Amino acid sequence: MHELSIAKSVLEGVRAELARRPGAQLQTIGLRVGELSGVNADALSFSFEALVKGTEMEPVTLEIERGPRRQRCPECKNEFAVENDDLACPSCGARATECIGGQELEFTYLELENA
Amino acid sequence: MSRVPLERKVLSENDRLAADLRASFLRHGILCLNLISSPGAGKTSLLERTLAALARDERVAVLTGDIQTDNDARRLARFGFPVRQISTGGTCHLDARMVDRALSEWRLDELDLLLVENVGNLVCPASYDLGEEAKIVLLSVAEGDDKPLKYPAIFSRAELLVLNKTDLLPYVPFSLDQARENARRVNPRIEILEVSCTAKEGIDSWIEWLNGRRAAAKPAQPEP
Repeated sequence: MHELSIAKSVLEGVRAELARRPGAQLQTIGLRVGELSGVNADALSFSFEALVKGTEMEPVTLEIERGPRRQRCPECKNEFAVENDDLACPSCGARATECIGGQELEFTYLELENA
Repeated sequence: MSRVPLERKVLSENDRLAADLRASFLRHGILCLNLISSPGAGKTSLLERTLAALARDERVAVLTGDIQTDNDARRLARFGFPVRQISTGGTCHLDARMVDRALSEWRLDELDLLLVENVGNLVCPASYDLGEEAKIVLLSVAEGDDKPLKYPAIFSRAELLVLNKTDLLPYVPFSLDQARENARRVNPRIEILEVSCTAKEGIDSWIEWLNGRRAAAKPAQPEP
């Protein structure tokens, strides 16, 4: 359960960005959380709400978009989203495909008033 | 209201420090490995077997992370290599800053292998880059052969899976074949070794793997 640490990093990242935009009021934070990020989106939302409660950040919404696992086939270069945990290339059947997506834990956008 | 794109990793500060550490390891020709497993899978035991197998003049150091106690550091210090305990005081993983701080009292030019034993946890350590060359995940046969499917974040990132406690196989419902298949389902490229730290089996293959990686990490010798 490290989502509280992650939520603190979200706040630090947002505060740094807001410091560069004096007067802007934060409304929404957009995040992408990959399914291989090791981070539980619900626990992250819960931790984030607990952290911002009673601070100057309120009210703010955390919008979490899930990032699906994506693989690339080294044989035929096909890139595909993984379904049912099957990593074999749907195009040529090669098994040893490599992970190219799903590990993200990143900001995507901020929604600001008076930016 | 305006929507401003923000392309930045949430753990960018950790990643920046980890990148600095990685560059520093590369500069000093240090191979850094990050050992991850659930509590009790045998990380410290594997390190004990590893240190016992190395000559005393090898340039090896160990960082060992735990929430509380310095038991592991004391277990490992008797082999004569530099060992430091990182006590996280409640945090369930190591991060790059903790590693950076712990390294501050050592001279990196006196090392060429740094073994980092993460806090026992199959979830949280997966998110934090420590600047390591590779993550190694340990799984003991007492834990169940479905763990790679349950914890894909770490099994998909690890380059090596060490299946430990194979001496217990007669007593537990664990299929080595199933474990290998499950690990390759989440990570087709993962390498897999089987060891028993207690029965001292499979340690040679592990040391061979380790030495192969150490040779690959050595900086190229300048032409004479």
